[in-house]
Amino acid sequence: MVDRATTTEPAHTVPPDVAEGQVTFTLDGRQVTARKGEMLIAAAERAGTFIPRFCYHPRMKSVGVCRMCLVEVSGPRGASLQPSCFVEVAEGSEVTTDSDKVKKAQDGVLEFLLINHPLDCPVCDKGGECPLQDQTLAHGPGETRFVEEKRHFEKPIPISELVLLDRERCIQCSRCTRFAAEVAGEAQIDFIGRADQLEINIFPGLPFSSYFSGNTVQICPVGALTAVPYRFSARPWDLDQVESTCTTCSVGCRVAVQSSSNRVTRLLGIDADPVNHGWLCDKGRFAFESVNSEDRLTEPMVRKAGRLVTVSWHEALDVVADGLRAATKKSGGPGGVGVIGGARLTNEGAYTWAKLAKGILGTDSVDAQLGDGLPAEVVLGLPRATIDEAVGADTVIVLSGDIREELPVLFLRLRSGIVDGDLSLVELSPQATALTPHAAVSLRYLPGAATELAKAIADHGAPAPATADPTDLAEARRLAGADKVVIVVGRPSLAEDGALVAEAVQVLARALPKATFLPALRRGNVMGALDMGLSPGLLPGRVGLEPGRQWFTQAWGKVPDERGLGTTEILESAGGSTGGEGARTDKPHRNGARVRALVILGADPLTDFPDAGMVRRALAGADFVVSVASLPGPLSAHADVVLPVAEAHERPGTTTNIEGRISRLGQKLVQPGQSWPDWMIAAELAVHLGADLHLDSVAEVWDEIERLAPAYRGITRSVLDTPGATDGVVAPLTVTAVAFSRRPGSAPLDPIAFPGVESVEQQGAPPRAGLAGARTAGIAANAANAANGSKGAPEVGAGTSGDAAVTNQPPQLAGPFEITVPRVVPTDSYSVRLVASRRLYDRGAAVDAVPVLAGLIPDSPLRVNPHDLDDLGIGTGGNVKVRTATTSLVLVAVADPSLPRKVVATDFNVPLAEGTVADLIDATAPVTELRLETP
Amino acid sequence: MSNAAHPTPVDRPRSKGGPAPALTHLGGATATRARELIALYPEPRSALIPLCHLAQEQEGWLSPEIMADIAALLDLTPAEVLGTASFYDMLHTEPVGSHLVSVCTNIACLLNGAMELLEHAESTLGVNAGGTTADGAVTLEEAECLAGCDGAPCVQVNHRYVGAQTAESFDQLIADLRSGARAAEIPTHGTLNRVARTTGLQADRDQIANERAAMAEAQAQRAAAAKDTAANKAGA
Amino acid sequence: MPVTGAPKIITGRIGHADSHTLERYLATGGYDGLRKALAMTPEAVVHEIDTASLLGRGGAGFPAGRKWAMLRQSPVTYLVVNGDESEPATFKDHLLVERDPHQLIEGVLIAAYATQVSQVFIYLRGEFALGLERVQAALNDAYSHGAVGNDIFGSGFSVDVVVHPGAGAYICGEETALLESLEGKRGFPRIKPPFFPAAIGLYGEPTVVNNVETMSNLPWIVLNGGSAFAALGEGRSTGTRLFALAGHVNRPGVFEIEMVKTTFRDLIHAPVLGGGIPHGRELKAFIPGGVSAPWFGPDEIDLPLGQDEVADAGSMLGSGSVVVMDDHTCAVRASWRITKFFARESCGQCTPCREGSGWLEKIMERIETGNGREDDLDLLLDVCDNIAPGLTWPPQQTTICVLGPSIPSSIGSAIQMFRDEFLVHIKEGGCPYG
Ligand SMILES: Cc1cc2nc3c(=O)[nH]c(=O)nc-3n(C[C@H](O)[C@H](O)[C@H](O)COP(=O)(O)O)c2cc1C
Ligand code: SF4
Ligand code: FES
Repeated sequence: MVDRATTTEPAHTVPPDVAEGQVTFTLDGRQVTARKGEMLIAAAERAGTFIPRFCYHPRMKSVGVCRMCLVEVSGPRGASLQPSCFVEVAEGSEVTTDSDKVKKAQDGVLEFLLINHPLDCPVCDKGGECPLQDQTLAHGPGETRFVEEKRHFEKPIPISELVLLDRERCIQCSRCTRFAAEVAGEAQIDFIGRADQLEINIFPGLPFSSYFSGNTVQICPVGALTAVPYRFSARPWDLDQVESTCTTCSVGCRVAVQSSSNRVTRLLGIDADPVNHGWLCDKGRFAFESVNSEDRLTEPMVRKAGRLVTVSWHEALDVVADGLRAATKKSGGPGGVGVIGGARLTNEGAYTWAKLAKGILGTDSVDAQLGDGLPAEVVLGLPRATIDEAVGADTVIVLSGDIREELPVLFLRLRSGIVDGDLSLVELSPQATALTPHAAVSLRYLPGAATELAKAIADHGAPAPATADPTDLAEARRLAGADKVVIVVGRPSLAEDGALVAEAVQVLARALPKATFLPALRRGNVMGALDMGLSPGLLPGRVGLEPGRQWFTQAWGKVPDERGLGTTEILESAGGSTGGEGARTDKPHRNGARVRALVILGADPLTDFPDAGMVRRALAGADFVVSVASLPGPLSAHADVVLPVAEAHERPGTTTNIEGRISRLGQKLVQPGQSWPDWMIAAELAVHLGADLHLDSVAEVWDEIERLAPAYRGITRSVLDTPGATDGVVAPLTVTAVAFSRRPGSAPLDPIAFPGVESVEQQGAPPRAGLAGARTAGIAANAANAANGSKGAPEVGAGTSGDAAVTNQPPQLAGPFEITVPRVVPTDSYSVRLVASRRLYDRGAAVDAVPVLAGLIPDSPLRVNPHDLDDLGIGTGGNVKVRTATTSLVLVAVADPSLPRKVVATDFNVPLAEGTVADLIDATAPVTELRLETP
Repeated sequence: MSNAAHPTPVDRPRSKGGPAPALTHLGGATATRARELIALYPEPRSALIPLCHLAQEQEGWLSPEIMADIAALLDLTPAEVLGTASFYDMLHTEPVGSHLVSVCTNIACLLNGAMELLEHAESTLGVNAGGTTADGAVTLEEAECLAGCDGAPCVQVNHRYVGAQTAESFDQLIADLRSGARAAEIPTHGTLNRVARTTGLQADRDQIANERAAMAEAQAQRAAAAKDTAANKAGA
Repeated sequence: MPVTGAPKIITGRIGHADSHTLERYLATGGYDGLRKALAMTPEAVVHEIDTASLLGRGGAGFPAGRKWAMLRQSPVTYLVVNGDESEPATFKDHLLVERDPHQLIEGVLIAAYATQVSQVFIYLRGEFALGLERVQAALNDAYSHGAVGNDIFGSGFSVDVVVHPGAGAYICGEETALLESLEGKRGFPRIKPPFFPAAIGLYGEPTVVNNVETMSNLPWIVLNGGSAFAALGEGRSTGTRLFALAGHVNRPGVFEIEMVKTTFRDLIHAPVLGGGIPHGRELKAFIPGGVSAPWFGPDEIDLPLGQDEVADAGSMLGSGSVVVMDDHTCAVRASWRITKFFARESCGQCTPCREGSGWLEKIMERIETGNGREDDLDLLLDVCDNIAPGLTWPPQQTTICVLGPSIPSSIGSAIQMFRDEFLVHIKEGGCPYG
């Protein structure tokens, strides 16, 4: 792995670990040095000689089959033609890439590839960005000597809902099959047949239904694999692109966003070494269609006489300001306003909203997590690991939901660490996940009992929980004792209180003091939102309310008096006294104030909060509901004001991923109609509240974050603009030099590795152009302004340590934390515990608004341990009645031997046979218990 | 090793295997045989071809359901089973007749009238090479060299050699196949697994590993002794 | 042998109708070689084989003793026997497998002992239905006899032997494709270097691969001594070798012949061997070592059957198959059929062979059916050149394995030797032989 802290040199020089083993060879008469064990093709490329190729891909193992990369290599018996993608550089060898013999061989291969190729470039999506086309123009024979009939196959056949295959165009390079088998671990496409009848295909009736199928389209060097959403939609020369970061989940994959006529046409993965290696998941790749949606909200709306009517921003914001003031007044304090959501915002947007809520309104009842995460202090306060560190560790302990469902590209990286590297996986989970087959040990726990399992791992004397096999437990203890341990923590189930998981995490943290942590919270910029203080008890920069009180009071003029409520409590409070539909609790409201106004930032608790009943009661009970949204969801029906907001690809700014890596968002589109970027809405709303945030541009917001938020200290705009920071900068800066990463062999990108990115660049639109665009939009205007833009804030030097102001900064969070852990008291011995897990494709707006993805949302059955199913006398596939204190549903049951007894599982926010799992979950209970009955 | 693709499997889940997979089409004795075959190899996937042969004895071809069963037994995807099986001429992913008649037309047979024999076969059977007669009795196949060139033109039925054929003897052969006259010698759908290993796995792998270590040790000692002797000789 | 008077080393038992049974085998000195070997040190066994200078009989002709001696530097894990015999007109292993399976097994066990391998796979082509039955039955008997399995003959040496059927793919005779196939995959050859079986073989472990005939020689060599074997033949080509003779001869069949001491003329014409060309026709051409080998004409008929002699004359003894074509043979048709074979049997993984073989076949078919074009001969040769640059022998290659560069052999030979026939096909739109 590349050491992030030390590699600052540009990619085109000698690779970093040259000192360990360097080889010198002659390349076309020049002396060239390379890393020992490196393939000739890569060494030559770094030395400036591009050897043509088709099958070679820098992120996959070489196979040497296309034979396009043949060069002459000297050997004991004279020079011979060798595939440069399959031959390691050898000390003293002589390599010729430009002899007549090489040319003849390469031309021969190209001619062979073309004889059966349909040459239908004018109707092919790949036309204009096709390596076969390009190399034919560069080296190919002028006219064909092949007069026979070409090979025929039925024209494009769907191999999945998202990918079409045209076998006539295929050149059998095996990039797609290797991706499927090696990278994704889903060998659902393969070569069929032999000789010149060799074709790629799926097994009849079993589509290539992978979350990663789009990558095969991206790396196909011809137009054999095409994406259904992109097909015929554009020509590369009409496209413009900007480099950005995917915010569909919180892995933060780097992408090239390509557009034409102010519509996104395509997203392609960029090979960011520390993050995504060029890969994307299909949700990230195709979800952009929601941005293009016809349904986009384009104007502010206010409810008048029961109906939402279009108004001016001015009027809308006045209504909002009045509503919030009234709520505060009625509740007798700022706690009358609750702010929910924010994980879809940019860092700048999140900061501005945090400043508005906590510094102007004074409410601390602000939460970017929707009851689906973990206590924020724990997440932010644990020593953080990077993805590379997790992949390169000895042991990774995973206590989270199914990573392939929640953070797909992190799954690819971890899987590769296990399959290609020496990483051992210990999985702690109530049910099997996609990682289970790769786990050295996978230990089960009963929902609510994660701590018991963690203790059993931490303390060799502790008893083994009934759900865990003692041999497996012993192995887990052994692996946890390794030198480099990274713990991935997320939310295994939405029907189990996050505090219970956090408690287990703290047990592990205490027992394994050297271990570092990688949060697995899944929402787009949830990490950025938490870092910016969108959580009760927190202030920007991973600072607690009390430690940060003085600093931020000085900067903002005000901070909340006391810790506020999280999403669950906000909703509970808002719905509390109305009774609503069967309210179960009547707790006194904390802060003495009842939440009367809800501001919901880019989220829809109606579909996305674990407990649907609680949301309905809250919406009914609240006096005033503001929704800041880009699409009209179910929430609109309950909102008093709807404010249209700019979406991904329409706003510049930054985002922070699970590692704490801050990377740039590129702006490629102009936001539709009257919609505004998120930060601007907060800033203008402040004005309508009679205050001034002193934030007039994205750039100013960033400068203030850098100045005030301790964890972000030193990450100035000029640092973010350094070429070495293209793939982001990890906060906090741990070394004096910026922790740059390097994009190997991809400056310029290997045009054949990721054809579409490079060819659009060649048309004159380099992906980095997007940053220039962002600059003009104000984010990184002038470096001179970067250091001191003080607007009444504390005097802070630009990252110079030892500075008095810096030492006055509040400390960043550090565990262990006092968290209130609810006690799990089993109802009775007949009850079963519910696991509600996340699926990649669910009813969330990112999927539901995208027709090609919405079709992939699965129907979820209720998974039951087979013995429990037997006890009920129900066969797999039969109906089962599920009863809670307040409701009952009839669901389809299937046997799942991976579940412990008395545990049932189903998926969140996907259709069930009846209702949704949010109808079953009680967010006030530590775990949700159910009764199973025959219907 | 380098980052060149290693030809051995890259994706073998590390955790212990779960319960035996449920098979839908490989039944009873065949399933038992299948598991015995898998046990013969250090890696389950090695049993893929033997399992395909075994499964083909049932119906003569590999239906999708059978391939899915084989995939389950070997912890592969069905696509991998199809991808591999379709590489091999003897593995049929489409139905075949109960007698697969293979006529070699490669060089030695070509020189001895194989093309003419194949044409005769096509016209009397009324199918082109690759086709199956309407009664399902015969699938005719143009084969590559069957290593029976001293009996050219060489013909196999269900991979039993039936000797050099003339047009007349070929017609008789087909008649016999249809009437069942040669059923004992040439059962339908092949005989590849007629004689199975009777001995089970006799050599215990752990024991063998220990013995190998001991043998390597002994070899090293002998080598050292030989060196000493040589040195002594040189010294003398 | 009638022609040279040499002993029958590996076909001695074949005259008996029950040559494949354990009874017959034991009655004719069976497993004595193995007992003798087990009493020797493994190094001494290797030494005997080295002394014998036994050249591999699978096609490449690499000395078996040398191969093992090299391997003994590091421990070998697997021994794999190549019984895929699919080179057109080669059928000698077929004979050995069906008619003397115990001899093969005994040879295999000797080799396993010599290389200290405890797991052997015998890969037999799937079309050898009877051969598979016989070898499996023999193996079952050998297990019962105590010759295979744990502690064989009380020697403390244990070995397990598995018979593995192929399923119909010529390329699986290529040793790395064979290993892939044995691993349950498509027979895609591996790239050498680095995947030499001896270094990275079956399941990535060091592996010895030897041909059925090579193995079958071992019992005799151990019993009679390497020098007795080396006393036969000449130069590097020692001992006897099986030659499969087919095509236009009166007596097609497999003959065991002392190497070098016999010529192609003897093989084709001697009454006890090929017995001459039928119908009193003349020799037009012959293929000396399987269809991958360049052709010879009447001028080369007096060449001795020796590895180096044939190589020096520009072809190879290869798989030990000799195909005779009489003067009524259409050279275009013959080489077209061979080209079609390669086009069908290319594994398809590398571009020049997958696409080139099919293209060449189409051009050849066009010429054969009378639709050839003026410049087709140049085109043929240039396409061949793009698969095997220089069209020299032994060939260079743009491909992964040598199947690709084997394709040009027959086309190049036929064009070189019978250019006029091609021109007649092209100009007159048909075959002069009808
Ligand atoms: C295309 C091709 C086909 C081959 N077919 C066979 C074969 O059918 N049988 C065989 O023994 N060797 C065959 N070989 C040679 C093997 O690769 C290998 O050299 C041989 O098995 C080694 O055994 P030996 O040293 O005992 O000859 C073939 C090689 C090639 C390139
Ligand atoms: S030369 Fe032919 S047979 Fe050999 S690897 Fe290439 S395609 Fe396969
Ligand atoms: S063979 Fe090297 S790139 Fe394909």
